[in-house]
Amino acid sequence: MIKKNFLRNTGTFLVFGGPSIFAFIAVIVIPFFVGMYLTFTNWDVRSADTAFIGLANYIEVFQDKVFLGQLWFTLKYVFFTVLIANGFAFFIALLLTSGGRGEQWLRTGFFTPNLIGGIVLGYLWQTLFSQVLPYMGQKYGWSLFQTSWLTSTNTAFWALVIATAWQLIGYLMIIYIAGFSGVPTDVLEAASIDGASRKATIQKVILPLTIPAIVICVFISLSRSFLTYDINLALTKGGPFASTELATYHIVQKAFLSNQYGVGQAEAVVLFAVVAIIALTQSYLLKRLEVES
Amino acid sequence: MDTHRRGSTVKNILLYLLLLVFLTPFLMIIMNSFKTTQQFVENPLSFPKNLKFENYVSAYHNMDFLSSFLNSMIITVVSVLLILFFSAMTGYLFVRFNWKINAIIFFAMLASMALPFQVIMIPLVMLYGNMDLLDMKTTLFFMYLGFGVPFGVFTFHGFIKGVPFELEESAFIEGSSRLRTFFQIVLPLLKPVFVTLMVLDVLWIWNDYLLPSLVLLSPSQKTLPLSTYNFFSSYAVDFAPLMAGLIMTIIPVLILYLFLQKHIIKGITEGALK
Repeated sequence: MIKKNFLRNTGTFLVFGGPSIFAFIAVIVIPFFVGMYLTFTNWDVRSADTAFIGLANYIEVFQDKVFLGQLWFTLKYVFFTVLIANGFAFFIALLLTSGGRGEQWLRTGFFTPNLIGGIVLGYLWQTLFSQVLPYMGQKYGWSLFQTSWLTSTNTAFWALVIATAWQLIGYLMIIYIAGFSGVPTDVLEAASIDGASRKATIQKVILPLTIPAIVICVFISLSRSFLTYDINLALTKGGPFASTELATYHIVQKAFLSNQYGVGQAEAVVLFAVVAIIALTQSYLLKRLEVES
Repeated sequence: MDTHRRGSTVKNILLYLLLLVFLTPFLMIIMNSFKTTQQFVENPLSFPKNLKFENYVSAYHNMDFLSSFLNSMIITVVSVLLILFFSAMTGYLFVRFNWKINAIIFFAMLASMALPFQVIMIPLVMLYGNMDLLDMKTTLFFMYLGFGVPFGVFTFHGFIKGVPFELEESAFIEGSSRLRTFFQIVLPLLKPVFVTLMVLDVLWIWNDYLLPSLVLLSPSQKTLPLSTYNFFSSYAVDFAPLMAGLIMTIIPVLILYLFLQKHIIKGITEGALK
């Protein structure tokens, strides 16, 4: 009887779980562990034999000034992207939750950039930064735009930030709107009866009550911008002179162009650790500001 | 009251203006895709004198639009169907059978959702390359299934937990099998989850660049993001057809968006808040 049950249960397990669990293990679990192992070897496409080399790859990563420089560049890029995208998204969402007519349309409109992928997005902004804005700069004498922003490191950095934030704003806006709708109306009414100004209401009532939405939005924008690849590839292609390569761009190059799988994988693990530490710290710190309504 | 209404009209006008500025990048590209490259370089802000579709024809040929569109279509449709179908079944398994192994795998799936693709991609390409499985659509379907299953199972799990077992019980008493009960009673209840998940997965897979760029190597296999990349890196100075190419890549998702707008926004909210 027990044996029959066991057989039937195994059958159920395989029918209902077999294909998806198999794919999950073959695509995520095994590559993950192989990848961890890979970071301790000198595996190289050209040399057939693989030797265990301990922490040498990680030491190489932390001594690689180029990679560390790009990691720092990535951090700056993430910081400004998260700040700008969340700031704009928060205020647009605030303007779009009063229940007025046409709000549905406006939300739909602001969300549109999220329909396109990073490659199309990058080329769209490349055309703007390299052709349209310099034309306007020269015609109207705006010195800021007279040369293409993509030809110098500093301006190319802002070009990356703007293009990424442009897409993120609409996405985060949706989440902020959902967060604002969770603020109870009686609390808002009480604030208005007490004569609180609009600014005070936002600062003292709405902001503390939407901390969960802020945590989610900062988390999403952090992890998405840390892992940016497509926009980087299409907008600046790492240029000028490899000065705007974000971490993922570097890892892809290292692994698939220079064929240094071990070091590339160690860099990916380091990047993951950085993202995880920053993302967890921010949600821990922000959550302490949370209040009950 | 009157000033309040006037205030909100002013606010709405300002918001529409802001939206217009926000969407200027799209408008610029649309406007200039109907001009010649010469006209575009001379004045990118002028309106096109007449609607010329030559750029579209040239982009269509140069980026192999039909073939890459079909590739993108097949890859998206098959992968999304696989993810939806198998995630629903596994979500059901994990809710209804309280086995230790189920709990372990479910936990592993949840944990894996925190892993970025970057940590997986190098060993993934290495392993599947060693087995000579790259450059095949089937491999890509399988990989998307693997990457899509954790979030899919998680979403279905959350929903099926709320489906009362009594609904299935009577079917079992009448001698219906597990599988039949699942298809006849549980599956129809999952419709809203299917729509949400479908929307999220379609946007992800349709626009994905990195994974297909590593797996699909031959030109005949290229998806739309891949051929957009190729087109731009090889015709970098002829802007007019490039812009037409961008518009053509955007149009399919835009159509989907117009139809499923509400579901997309709902899906994003639910997906993020979980």
